[in-house]
Amino acid sequence: MSPYARRRATNSIVLTLSMAATIFGLVWLALILWTLLKNGIGAINVDFFVQMTPPPGSQGGVLNAIYGSLIMTLVATVAGSPVGILAGTFLAEYGRGNPIAPVVRFINDILLSAPSIIIGMFVYELMVVRMGHFSAWAGAAALAMIVIPVVVRTTEDMLSLVPGSLREAAFALGTPKWKVIVMVTYRAAIQGMLTGVLLAVARISGETAPLLFTVINNQFWSTNMNAEMANLPYVIFQFALSPYKDWQSLAWGGALLITVAILVLNITARLLANLKSFAR
Amino acid sequence: MTEIALTGAGTGERQRTADTIFRGATWFFAVFVLLILAGVIVSLIVGAIPALQEFGWSFITSSAWNPVTEKFGALPAIYGTLVTSAIAMLIAVPVSFGIAIFITELCPPWLKRPIGTLIELLAAIPSIIYGIWGLFVFAPVLQSTLQPLLIGTLGNIPWIGTLFGGPPLGIGILTAGLILGIMVLPFITSVTRDVFETVPTVLKESAYGIGATTWEVIWNIVLPTTRVGVIGGIMLGLGRALGETMAVTFVIGNAHRISASLLQPGTTISATLANEFAEATGDIYPSSLVALGLVLAFITLLVLTAAKLMLLRMQQQGGR
Repeated sequence: MSPYARRRATNSIVLTLSMAATIFGLVWLALILWTLLKNGIGAINVDFFVQMTPPPGSQGGVLNAIYGSLIMTLVATVAGSPVGILAGTFLAEYGRGNPIAPVVRFINDILLSAPSIIIGMFVYELMVVRMGHFSAWAGAAALAMIVIPVVVRTTEDMLSLVPGSLREAAFALGTPKWKVIVMVTYRAAIQGMLTGVLLAVARISGETAPLLFTVINNQFWSTNMNAEMANLPYVIFQFALSPYKDWQSLAWGGALLITVAILVLNITARLLANLKSFAR
Repeated sequence: MTEIALTGAGTGERQRTADTIFRGATWFFAVFVLLILAGVIVSLIVGAIPALQEFGWSFITSSAWNPVTEKFGALPAIYGTLVTSAIAMLIAVPVSFGIAIFITELCPPWLKRPIGTLIELLAAIPSIIYGIWGLFVFAPVLQSTLQPLLIGTLGNIPWIGTLFGGPPLGIGILTAGLILGIMVLPFITSVTRDVFETVPTVLKESAYGIGATTWEVIWNIVLPTTRVGVIGGIMLGLGRALGETMAVTFVIGNAHRISASLLQPGTTISATLANEFAEATGDIYPSSLVALGLVLAFITLLVLTAAKLMLLRMQQQGGR
């Protein structure tokens, strides 16, 4: 084989392999979604949405868990997003030349990838031990700490994309800086910032590890934020590992519900971000 | 903005106060981010003190794990964490490279976005979903196909054979590692792709101009230029794999022992915490679990810090 033919052969082998790798990656996504649909769709019926989690061996639904997940996600998002947005604003608008800014940016990126179970342990020591019992507040606090780094990161990125000329135009009118940020920069970056919040919601909706030692679970309907509360991830964890067919079926239904919700959130967030780039 | 034009005397003062307050608020919450990490570290250290005083360094080197006699050692969990992550990297690194090469060099432009998005959705699927899928779908398939194959072939080779000894159980260290590999693949792909795209087109075109093939351009131009960033991406994926909890908890088998065989059950730090922390009673048992958490935090923060430093260096190079 001539050197030229050999080089060409190596090239086609590598490029074929790279195509195979891409297919390999996509196959897992398809397989997981397919199994979820196959096993989960049977569990989704009216009872699934209106009944409480059942005792072993009987039928029921996951209404209490859906409520618990929604309310904790809501509280975590409402508490975590403003913190993240303000911290991100600091990095983007006041960060230049400030010695704290690079440190915050660095630590935030570390928090972004840090194991969520460690956050759970921290909240356990911080709240559960002090209060003496598990509570939905503690669960929401753990989730909020996962929301913050995601929102900080996207807020900073999105604010940095806003052209400086826009800010300068507002400054030239004598507008004070806080007003420029709130009324001009935020307004220009609002879609991107919303994308960040949506991605954070998607991230925490399926988080299980930080809930294990903060809210645990509750088999019954409860709206008391100061007590244990049912939540979908924990129900999936508990029911999937149980030997009861009815429980396992509910776990698959819950898994399908969570995954569909997260995929919808992710795709919406991406569409929002795209809308932004078309507008510019 | 008409009201700004009409501001009279005194409002300037008010605006300056508002400015200070707003700036102070953003500063406060930026520092709050630092406090979260500081709080995590301090609370882990404080919680781990009783166990570390009791066992000292032997906590890391001992493989005892007995809640009844209150003897605890972290070695099996550390071993499981490192080995599963190593298996994950063996799978994820080449595949991520392949995908990044495909997306940046080979893929028709209209297909770039859909494929990139689909791969990123793999990262959006929660850990617990990988867990339930791994336990009920993936593990049984491995038990009837890959594992008997490994035992039948590699299992007979001396030395390497011990890694693939024992019956095919489906669950175990290998299964956990494979699932972790699938889970961290999108993270490595996304960083690798990003750094590949920072290579100046002129650089690549000049190589193509002297007759290099696509692979030669990737191997001789793209990879050397982006080396630091690629390693940073791999470390980022490793950091994720080390701390991944729920998926591993479902499929690893949760056995506190070190088996020579990768097909046997084991445990990781995060799986031990997920399984035992809420039920641990007494003083030493919960404290030992917190100490495990401290070890995990130490390892992951080290890896993630190295990853970030490398990616920062890459950014600075790109800016030049």
